[in-house]
Amino acid sequence: MSRPQPTSSAPRRDVRIEPGPIRVAIIAMALIFLSVFVVLPLAVVFAQAFAKGAGAFVAALSDPEAWSAIRLTLLVAAISVGLNLVFGVMAAWAIAKFDFHGKAFLVTLIDLPFSVSPVISGLVFVLLFGAQGYWGAWLQSHDVHVLFAAPGIALATIFVTFPFVARSLIPLMQEQGTQEEEAAISLGASGLQTFFRVTLPNIKWGLLYGVLLCNARAMGEFGAVSVVSGHIRGETNTMPLLVEILYNEYQFVASFAIASLLAMLALVTLVVKTVLERRLDEG
Amino acid sequence: MTIELKNIVKKFGAFTALDGVDLKVANGELLALLGPSGSGKTTLLRIIAGLDWPDAGEVSFDGESTLGHGASERRVGFVFQHYALFRHMTVFENVAFGLRVQPRAVRKDEAGIRMRVKELLDLVQLDWLADRYPNQLSGGQRQRIALARALAIEPGILLLDEPFGALDAKVRKELRQWLRSLHSEISVTSIFVTHDQEEALEVANRVVVMDKGQIEQIGTPAEVYDNPATAFVHGFIGESIVLPVEVNQGCVRLGGKSLGIAVADGISGASKLFVRRHDMQVGPIGAGLLEGTIRHVRTFGPTQRAEVALCGGEGKTLIEIDAPRDRTLQAGDIVGLRPQRYRIFAAQD
Repeated sequence: MSRPQPTSSAPRRDVRIEPGPIRVAIIAMALIFLSVFVVLPLAVVFAQAFAKGAGAFVAALSDPEAWSAIRLTLLVAAISVGLNLVFGVMAAWAIAKFDFHGKAFLVTLIDLPFSVSPVISGLVFVLLFGAQGYWGAWLQSHDVHVLFAAPGIALATIFVTFPFVARSLIPLMQEQGTQEEEAAISLGASGLQTFFRVTLPNIKWGLLYGVLLCNARAMGEFGAVSVVSGHIRGETNTMPLLVEILYNEYQFVASFAIASLLAMLALVTLVVKTVLERRLDEG
Repeated sequence: MTIELKNIVKKFGAFTALDGVDLKVANGELLALLGPSGSGKTTLLRIIAGLDWPDAGEVSFDGESTLGHGASERRVGFVFQHYALFRHMTVFENVAFGLRVQPRAVRKDEAGIRMRVKELLDLVQLDWLADRYPNQLSGGQRQRIALARALAIEPGILLLDEPFGALDAKVRKELRQWLRSLHSEISVTSIFVTHDQEEALEVANRVVVMDKGQIEQIGTPAEVYDNPATAFVHGFIGESIVLPVEVNQGCVRLGGKSLGIAVADGISGASKLFVRRHDMQVGPIGAGLLEGTIRHVRTFGPTQRAEVALCGGEGKTLIEIDAPRDRTLQAGDIVGLRPQRYRIFAAQD
């Protein structure tokens, strides 16, 4: 590839490119910032996790408490991602493909979990399901445990992660419009056939993207879960909660070993997200 | 299949898209809905397809009301303005879609579907594109695939929304002829929407001219062109010279001066005189009813077009006329003008 050269001998340069020294300075600043605030902490997490060798790392992860936290985290993530997948697709479908009164209000409502502090989100569930809460007495008399048990943790996580799927789908579905669906219906397809054969294939990459972000947040959520969990060791601690507990007990290796698992999740999420974004751009 | 619409009304909020439309379409007809944007023609098409519901009125196919049936049950082939091909499916799968979603009891087997799709792709002469995706096709090819897809369900009615709207001028002309010959081959009752009068007059058997949610005139291309029923139709179809005139007891005056032309009974007061550009005869001064100064002459094609400033009247009125090329016209000449054929409609506002 040869670029057209300027015919005059006078030095010319692309106006979009800054002079050399400025370029170097700007790039260096960005690199230093990223190293100190992003790469270094991540490196410290792994360094601390292996500070006393791989044996201590493996031992920390095979502790029954650690196992219980990992299982609970995976369970809660599976439930909340699964349900938010359904809710998110339904909400995005309704908003992008139909006109109705109160649509703007619904869109604002979807964003609510993002704008509310996670601690408040947790407290809401305490107020609803706690012993002194609205439904607390009834639940207690029927021996149903929501708060300080897995259901409460799942509820809080669902609330906090609700916007991800809907938010990633709404702009995509709005841009695609309703013509393909109308074409499918005029060709004799039922509502379900239209959804599974036309709508879903068109949004699959956007949907995966939303699910990925939703999952990352569901596994990493601390604030809301901390309020409703009750921190019962070996029972209601998720991975982020266990990290904090172990840290406060000066069990640094164990704490960072769990933390390194969460960091790994973050890295995998990043890689998959990049791949998905490329697929989304290709359409 | 015949279509009958009775007193169709459709409102979008405060906007009335259709205001009492009555229309009968005969079996096998090729009908054009012609009108400016916002005249309600696409809404009417969508109501026939079942993609929109009227607020009042009746839609029946072959004499049976169809408003109880959804779009998926009406067996209406719909070709969308921007084709709406399924972007994640190949051309083959696009055309096969209507066959694959049929209930199991009536669905063809895989070999039957393949054969039918092949037939349709042959019909639109694009069988060599079967494995492509829609974004690999040109506009004209997409249009024809969209048509093949709509025909797959063996529709009783074929509806096309601005079928040539998004294509360039040359492809447009080819597709027009192609659509007309395709229609005579399969002779399914067809309605297409267009804002392009040339398209409507050239392709359709009958033209429905619409404006502001109402039908202005229904007729053959010759009827709507030669005998426009309303001022709107005269102004919309073909190019016309429009002059404001005053009618008083059968006497037509332009700017106070009597033109000495006849007017139909029942027209009185402020009116509009419509003359086709080529119906305004140019002659020497005194030979005409009107006089004017030629400003410009442009020559192209079989005629020459002159811009003439009319003398007298209020201010300067500029009109454009078409004259045969053998007549010598020059800028600056003062000429006499006589309308050969004209229509006078009462001014509506």
